Amino acid sequence: MTAGLWQHWVLPGIWVTIQLTVYSAALAAAVAFGIGLARTHRSRLVRFLAAAYTEIFRGTSALVLMFWLFFVLPPLAGWQLVPMWAAVLALGLSYGAYGAEIVRGALNAVPPAQREAGIALSLTPWQRTRLVLLPQAVPEMIPPFCNLLVELLKGTALVSLLGVGDVSFAAYLVRLATQDSAEIYTITLVIYFVLAFAITRGMKALERRTKANLGVAK
Amino acid sequence: MNWDWSAVWDFMPRFWDGVLTTLQVLALGSLISFSLGLVWALAFRAPTRFVRWPVNLITEFIRTTPLLVQLFFLFFVLPEWGLKFSALTTGVLAIGLHYSTYTAQVYRAGIDAVPKGQWEAATALSLPAHRTWFAVILPQAVRRIAPALGNYVISMLKDTPLLAGISVLEMLQQSRLAGASTFQYTEPLTVVGVAFILIAYPASLFVRALERRLVR
Repeated sequence: MTAGLWQHWVLPGIWVTIQLTVYSAALAAAVAFGIGLARTHRSRLVRFLAAAYTEIFRGTSALVLMFWLFFVLPPLAGWQLVPMWAAVLALGLSYGAYGAEIVRGALNAVPPAQREAGIALSLTPWQRTRLVLLPQAVPEMIPPFCNLLVELLKGTALVSLLGVGDVSFAAYLVRLATQDSAEIYTITLVIYFVLAFAITRGMKALERRTKANLGVAK
Repeated sequence: MNWDWSAVWDFMPRFWDGVLTTLQVLALGSLISFSLGLVWALAFRAPTRFVRWPVNLITEFIRTTPLLVQLFFLFFVLPEWGLKFSALTTGVLAIGLHYSTYTAQVYRAGIDAVPKGQWEAATALSLPAHRTWFAVILPQAVRRIAPALGNYVISMLKDTPLLAGISVLEMLQQSRLAGASTFQYTEPLTVVGVAFILIAYPASLFVRALERRLVR
């Protein structure tokens, strides 16, 4: 593959993939914490709505959701999402639903005595969650969130079907230009593998730091 | 909002064809991933690291790279190597291969969870290796494995729309074709989205019930 193809397609493609992963991960994390906390809320209605959200978004395919947001939302809402943001929204909302289960699981895994201690100290429910439960739950969330982030990175490849210029779409264009599928698709797979490896290493370092900062035993 | 019920009815014949193709992909993909996963899992336990290391590397590579790119790899590269398959066969192979790396981890965990005493009992009874595996270890491992495998079948179902990328006529591709011919994407895409929820939600309830029943 020539240097020109690398410079014009593959490297910008890698950059778009990284951007997509970061934006979707930020949205997914916000949704995960919002819905995950809502699933442990006292109100039955809030818990029901949060559970409905997770079941709906975990039940459907991220690709179908992406197509729905891109093709169906414009006639309904009257405005068109650019493919990039339709993709970020679909990935963030979908993976956020998976993340919400991680948050819920980690919060439920904190020993009940910790919650009771918070009540004994007359902390409000939000203070209990923020000061007692979350600091203990967050280190437990990091390994499953790492897996989710790798899944999200892989999920960004779907955007190539909407024509967003990520690394998969770049591979498609380079294949058309060079007629050599084996080389470009092998390179693309290796790029994803390296990015996933970087995420795993980064998250491991974050886990060590978080546990050290919070004084959690290794 | 203009919701047109006639567009829904017009889409139905295509939709059922798509459902059949999706179920076909799911059944064959599951068969490949369950069988190949067991092969990987047994290879993880090979006595020599010259087998274990490459198998670990290959499965890790397949697991951490996108199914869509693997699909394109198989679809465009295999013909260059003289292996020509239909889009449907390529899709089934890609899904089966991709998910075999996940099911391998499930088998591995299930086999590791069988108490050590069971291996020792099989050795004490001088059972040959195949009897140890098929009469002692695997029947006990299956109880723990079944629910996790069920979850992967549901994940596989949600990944079948990726096959639209190589023009397999599953549900999403049928809705794209319906939309392209009538310029009405709203109804076909919504029907497909709802269909996924209607299939996946009861399936996940079934897997949870299975988990409660089998894993104690």
